[in-house]
Amino acid sequence: MSTSEKPPVLDFATDWDHTDPQWVSDPYPIWEDLRQRCPVAHTERYGGGWFPATHELVSQVANDTENFTSRMPIVVNGRLGDDAPPAPIGVVPPISSDPPFHHIARRLILPAFAPKPINALEPQIRALCEKLLDDMEGMDVVNAGHGFAQFIPPAVISHMLGFPEEDGDQFREFVHIVLEGIDEMDQEKREIAFQPVADYFEKQINDHVENPRDDLTSYLLNVEIFEGQKLSVEHVFGTMLLILIAGIDTTWSAITSSIWHLATHPADLARLVNEPELMPVAIEEFLRFYAPVTMARLVKEDFDFNGCPMKKDDWLLLGFPAANRDPEVFDRADEFIIDRAENRHLAFGLGIHRCAGSNLARLELRVAIETFIKRFPTFTLDDPSVVTWSQGQVRGARNLPIRVR
Amino acid sequence: MKVTINAEKCQGHGRCFSIAPNLFDCDDLGNGFVIGDGTLSADTIEVARLCQANCPEHAIDIEE
Repeated sequence: MSTSEKPPVLDFATDWDHTDPQWVSDPYPIWEDLRQRCPVAHTERYGGGWFPATHELVSQVANDTENFTSRMPIVVNGRLGDDAPPAPIGVVPPISSDPPFHHIARRLILPAFAPKPINALEPQIRALCEKLLDDMEGMDVVNAGHGFAQFIPPAVISHMLGFPEEDGDQFREFVHIVLEGIDEMDQEKREIAFQPVADYFEKQINDHVENPRDDLTSYLLNVEIFEGQKLSVEHVFGTMLLILIAGIDTTWSAITSSIWHLATHPADLARLVNEPELMPVAIEEFLRFYAPVTMARLVKEDFDFNGCPMKKDDWLLLGFPAANRDPEVFDRADEFIIDRAENRHLAFGLGIHRCAGSNLARLELRVAIETFIKRFPTFTLDDPSVVTWSQGQVRGARNLPIRVR
Repeated sequence: MKVTINAEKCQGHGRCFSIAPNLFDCDDLGNGFVIGDGTLSADTIEVARLCQANCPEHAIDIEE
């Protein structure tokens, strides 16, 4: 069933659907309403699920690995059930892993994403952005989504994994299906989309086994999870897949939402152009206000969560973007304040699953915005009616035509 | 006055060492730690409080 064939949502408190057109285009009033009325919304869709809308409850869930499992971080219609890979590793470790294995799998990848190695990528990311902007030379209207932001994360991720940078683009369609093809119940269709990626990974893994080099793929193939024991091929494969899925749509979305904001708020654009020292706090406010990522958990066993009778295998949609708009935690929560100094946002999640790529995401977002506003110090939306937003658990503008002169 | 990071709570969000690189640094995993013994002066107390207010994990403590 495609989204358009689903019955419209009449009340998000009892029948939420994060792919409903209203939620996709402007979810913020829905969440504010839920915070006041529920604050945990329920749905029978997707086999049953819950959506807490406050910062406090989102934090509770994120820190509760006893009652919630990360085995399936994306809401789909089915459950893995008997086909589930052995707990607690999951399909894409460590995002799909639970303690205690999670800790071990996460420690393996954190050094690659720590500030020092990530900051070393800045000159290269800057050069990439400049080249994309050079390609827009002479244009009056540029596409900040399909002509700019969408190319940045795939190239960076490809570089880190040791693939040719231009190969990054071929993963976009696959990532799109994984993250947005929520109603593709047809497993066959997912597998058809996945096959070229699987073949590509296999080729790269074989090549890296024969010719080890200084990149993430060689690192994963050679790192020892326990003394004398390397990672299983499934684990290497799963983590490469995770880096691909988690590193592309997410950052691309953060970049487009930020450019959309600046295109529609000329005073903020002017301030950022004139006061570049505001960039670090502005980046955090972009992340708070337009947090792109919502995660999911599954309920492990029947239990009562703040008066909600949760059943085993119910979804728990973990709305970090909703938590970021909670007036209990943020002063003037529904206002974008470009120099907001205190900003305890949850854009990168909370607890043991804090986004491992957060340093990279911040760097790409900052460099993308810096280079874009330097090249185009004034710009506006060319035609608001053609702007499209992604659906599902990663939110950002996709088609984003910007008038730059 | 002293500032400390609770290593049990820190998840490596990186807010502290980004805001105050003179007070905080990070280890190979990206988790924050306090530079030196964490003693705060009149010049650093305010920025230490700002870091505290931005830590998503409430991992920064300031002892009066």
